[in-house]
Amino acid sequence: MMKGRYGIHGGQYIPETLMNAILELEEAYNRYKDDPEFNEELRKLLNEYAGRPSRLYYAEHMTEDLGGAKIYLKREDLNHTGSHKINNVIGQLLLAARMGKTRIIAETGAGQHGVATATVAAMMGMECEIFMGEEDTKRQALNVYRMRLLGAKVNEVTSGTATLKDAVSETFREWTSRIDDTHYCLGSVMGPHPFPEIVRNFQAVIGKEIKAQIMEKEGRLPDAVIACVGGGSNAIGAFYDFIPDEKVQLIGCEAAGRGIDTLDTAATINIGRPGIFHGMKSYFCQDEYGQISPVYSISAGLDYPGIGPEHAYLHDIHRAEYVPITDNEAVEAFEYLSRVEGIIPAIESAHAVAYAMKKVPEMKRDQIVVINISGRGDKDCAAIARYRGEDLHE
Amino acid sequence: MSNIKKAFENGKAFIPFITCGDPSLEITEKIVYAMERAGADLIELGIPFSDPTAEGPVISGANLRALSTGATTDKIFDLVRKLRRTVKVPMVFMTYANVVFSYGAERFIKTCSEIGIDGLILPDIPFEEKGEFDNICKQYGLDLISMVAPTSHERISRIAAEARGFIYCVSSLGVTGTRKDITTDIGGMVELAKAANNIPCAVGFGISTPEQARQIAQFADGIIVGSAIVKLCAEYGTECVPHIEAYVRIMKQAIRELS
Repeated sequence: MMKGRYGIHGGQYIPETLMNAILELEEAYNRYKDDPEFNEELRKLLNEYAGRPSRLYYAEHMTEDLGGAKIYLKREDLNHTGSHKINNVIGQLLLAARMGKTRIIAETGAGQHGVATATVAAMMGMECEIFMGEEDTKRQALNVYRMRLLGAKVNEVTSGTATLKDAVSETFREWTSRIDDTHYCLGSVMGPHPFPEIVRNFQAVIGKEIKAQIMEKEGRLPDAVIACVGGGSNAIGAFYDFIPDEKVQLIGCEAAGRGIDTLDTAATINIGRPGIFHGMKSYFCQDEYGQISPVYSISAGLDYPGIGPEHAYLHDIHRAEYVPITDNEAVEAFEYLSRVEGIIPAIESAHAVAYAMKKVPEMKRDQIVVINISGRGDKDCAAIARYRGEDLHE
Repeated sequence: MSNIKKAFENGKAFIPFITCGDPSLEITEKIVYAMERAGADLIELGIPFSDPTAEGPVISGANLRALSTGATTDKIFDLVRKLRRTVKVPMVFMTYANVVFSYGAERFIKTCSEIGIDGLILPDIPFEEKGEFDNICKQYGLDLISMVAPTSHERISRIAAEARGFIYCVSSLGVTGTRKDITTDIGGMVELAKAANNIPCAVGFGISTPEQARQIAQFADGIIVGSAIVKLCAEYGTECVPHIEAYVRIMKQAIRELS
């Protein structure tokens, strides 16, 4: 496969102004990815600061209740800052520091990547600016406060639909205007090469740990790994080590919003078609003239009209399957996991839990599924309460 | 070789940009006639895109206004068919890769060539990705315009060597929009490009006043102005045509006599 390509997907579709910055990043990444000192520093921070390895928890009550396959939860929600996002941020900021960058910019949807970026930037003494859709700053007010508390400047993005896609566009615009001292810490496996590869490799720790942990607990590989997909970083992280293990089913759960037969959806693989946007060729929700659709999901983190190019490729070659999960299914799963296992998942991760609730009862008792709980749900409580008609405000 | 070279035969070229459909396709038609009357040497027609990541707030706003009035690629093709009955100056489309890709690159470029479009500017297609569009453009006699930026440095020679039509020199970092000062060494940039390929170099991004145009045109073959014109559309709406005509005339006059 060509450099930076995943089948027909991927590539570097960005303005000339950013090309040297992207090439410089690629060069730096290739220089440090196998550097023992870099990797030792990364390992140390992942363990000592982020709290890795994250647990693989046998969800006994959920397993009994659903009466099918054995369910394990990969607890990325237990990481420092409450999601898998920190895995990538620590990696990219170590790289940025080695490249001499002193200022970090990043987009955020739900705020999980923004909080992780603001956190690591604070710890490493770097200047940090976060771009977040105005709509999302309302949905995730607590995370906005958290980022400011951590010393980051939060820029509310009012262009377009004022959600994640506009935050990404605005962060690219900002990067175009200030490159010398600034690194764009992209939060998902998307954008121009080398981002999809860098972010995937920093997130692959999730799947590596799952493999080692399940071998230790069960002595065999799982039958399925299930994760939610927006851009797709937690999913690719969980899937990547299992791609060669063809018997392990890989299932990405997309945000269907109010349903894939409505306009209020963000299920890219299910309703999108190939396009070029945000630096990459991949699937996008768009109209017949290639105008990007204003997508919708209850989850600010999955509310994105595209998907990472490697997922697009895994879909094309039928190695992974991408299923739509509605707001309602996700909210029910959010409540279910809280009640049955005492674990409040992020509304994003609840999309994966929701699909497991449908699939597991159809599976045999000697089968095993792993659900990646990509983040914790504290940030979502007020919004879910409002979804259920309670007048709760943070 | 397309008609684009004609644009540079009348002194320093003035290249105005307009977003098709802002405020309406009917007004866009009148704007193009007015621009030609006022001395525009090449006209850049923007096909609106929902998420124009290389644009500042002014042109982004025009894109969204145009889409909200129902401007589509097919309607803009119809507009160009009508324009080409009388308009003689070269015209190029400026849009984003997805507009072309999603229409079907070959279908899009073939239509451009049939209706009299001379070239294509795609700001999100850098040198590394141009093949899939450039090969089709060559087949149909269109020029895919290459861009160089203040950050391009050693890339300039490589980009220029394969450039056709003209080279679009981006004057400053950042997105489109008017700027008070332009500090890039434009002369150095143009010199590097010319050393690799002796084709016209036009400078865009940030230019709005006749003084800026005159100053920058000393180093280049043409000046591209977008945001300053789009601002007139936003300010005057359906009454914008005479204002744009007067502006284009002043800008062309400012650079006409330079050689």
